[in-house]
Amino acid sequence: MSPMAEIEVKSSPKLKSLRFRQERERDWSELERLVDTYERSGVKGLSDDEILAAPILYRSTLSALSVARSTSLDRAVIDYLESLCARAYFFIYGSRATLWDKLGSFFRYEWRLAVCAVWKETLVSGAVLALGIAIALVLYGQSTEWYFTFVPGELAGGRDPSASLETLRATLYHASDEDGDGFSVFATSLFTHNAQVALLAFAVGFAFGIPTALVIASNGAMLGMFIALFASHGLGYEVGGWLIIHGMTEIFAFVLAGAAGLNLGRAMAFPGNQSRLNAVVKAGIVSGTVMGGVVVMLFVAGLLEGFGRQMVTSDLARYAIGLGSGVVWFIFFYAPRRSPNLGKS
Amino acid sequence: MTQIYGREPLTSTMSRSFVTPEGIDLKLELGDAGQRAAAFLIDLAIIVGALLGFTIIAFLAGVGSAQYLGVEWIVVIWLLVSFLLRSFYFVIFELSAKAATPGKRLLGLRVAARDGGQLRAQSVLARNAMRELEVFIPLSILFSRADGGGAESWMYLLTFVWVSLFVFFPLFNKDRLRPGDLVGGTWVVRTPKQALLRDIAQDTVAATPLSVFTDTQLDVYGVKELQVLESVLRARDDDTMKSVTERICAKIGVPYRWDKSDYDFLSAYYNALRSKLETNLLMGKRRADKFDV
Repeated sequence: MSPMAEIEVKSSPKLKSLRFRQERERDWSELERLVDTYERSGVKGLSDDEILAAPILYRSTLSALSVARSTSLDRAVIDYLESLCARAYFFIYGSRATLWDKLGSFFRYEWRLAVCAVWKETLVSGAVLALGIAIALVLYGQSTEWYFTFVPGELAGGRDPSASLETLRATLYHASDEDGDGFSVFATSLFTHNAQVALLAFAVGFAFGIPTALVIASNGAMLGMFIALFASHGLGYEVGGWLIIHGMTEIFAFVLAGAAGLNLGRAMAFPGNQSRLNAVVKAGIVSGTVMGGVVVMLFVAGLLEGFGRQMVTSDLARYAIGLGSGVVWFIFFYAPRRSPNLGKS
Repeated sequence: MTQIYGREPLTSTMSRSFVTPEGIDLKLELGDAGQRAAAFLIDLAIIVGALLGFTIIAFLAGVGSAQYLGVEWIVVIWLLVSFLLRSFYFVIFELSAKAATPGKRLLGLRVAARDGGQLRAQSVLARNAMRELEVFIPLSILFSRADGGGAESWMYLLTFVWVSLFVFFPLFNKDRLRPGDLVGGTWVVRTPKQALLRDIAQDTVAATPLSVFTDTQLDVYGVKELQVLESVLRARDDDTMKSVTERICAKIGVPYRWDKSDYDFLSAYYNALRSKLETNLLMGKRRADKFDV
């Protein structure tokens, strides 16, 4: 700025607040440019110098807002600074991690730590599922009519107590050139249905976990009916293979979803010595992480069901894949290992 | 003047105090129910549009290529893709630097942690897992059949009422939290981009000396009136300026002068009034409006 201009500013009858604004406007628009860039392309859009400059610009702008609020009556400046400071706040204090960093830490430790944290609920959820299966087996033994109570027609796909042995066997090992066309579609739509049920089991946990237990039990009963139906036709071993190839993953995911729901319901019902809202947020963050993982597991199960099961028709191979996937999941979640450095999440 | 007061509410019920570590209250504004719903509908339209586009491409590719693959595989892939879109569209966008889906972005909204800390990935996952209960299940119930009669219809009705509780949950709390926000510890705030408007004082300050008005003539109004005058000057609507000029002239006892344009008169008065009020501010005196003495 030339000396002439300096004198001009001083001698002009300008309002103090107008001069205040004119002297700082350049910093503000520089900060605005940085925030724009960050919002558009993340931290990687900014150079090192810009990242270093940002907090300084942010603090001076914030202090300008404070001064403007108490000395300026120009609404435009105050509105502008409030909006800019809020956006800059989320930039300065927001996470520096990129989307890939976040996904990376999710798969490396957040997921399994969350699963470990709900181990009690997982046991309860698994027990409820087992109870559902047991009830179904007992009831089917008494009367096959119960089958229709638990298994809705659209999911049965012709597999009911009146079906012949051959029909049932064909549903387990359909060959793609026979009338099995559309079977993969059926399997996949079954998968999306199951995924929906798993998400539902979590979401209704909100209501003190009771609906979650009901959802798990009724789906356990459905599974039990299926097993009972095939077992009563002497296809017990075969249906085991048919189920386990993807079911190990899918049922595990389902049990975890139930556990996440129960965890939420427990916090809602028994918040301990925190406020109910805080307890729910705390439980929700753990449960939400578990659910993110459940969706991934369901997707893997969907691939196994939609593709794997249609290609692998040998019982032994099916059992091998199923049990193998179970071992892999178990090791991934529960095997003890060094705890990560959580200081820089 | 009443319609001018109505145009710009000076305080909002959706405004929440939000103190930064530097000790300054940012007065964040929350997204209201209408904005939230609109943002969601835009996102839904984008998801459906993407699915449609994908279907068309898959169909063309599938029909064009080998018969062997057939329609069956296309349907399988379609189901898997729609599942991925539905599950991850919201999560991926809310995990990005914007913390907002394209729909929210359009409406100037973003997701933030209620405690003022960093928005964690787990919170985003939790708030979006609940979406199943709030949107997709009610939708599927809406489209399911309820003509079974008797107990079945009653069950339908009860389920419907029950899920409606979750759908309309945001309307029943003052922070417009949906169950997902509650569980994830988040809320949705408005951080629209705002351009820096010209200072009205800048336009005319050199032309008119500040001393044409006496102190008594400036003492009749406070900050609220000044800001209304600012919005009148920004709008530059001839009729409004004329009636405002007449009112001010009557109030301060100056004859309404036809030789000077209303805009010039008003901006001169604006400058003088603002200068006076700002000087008082420095002295620690804030006059909220004309009734404040």
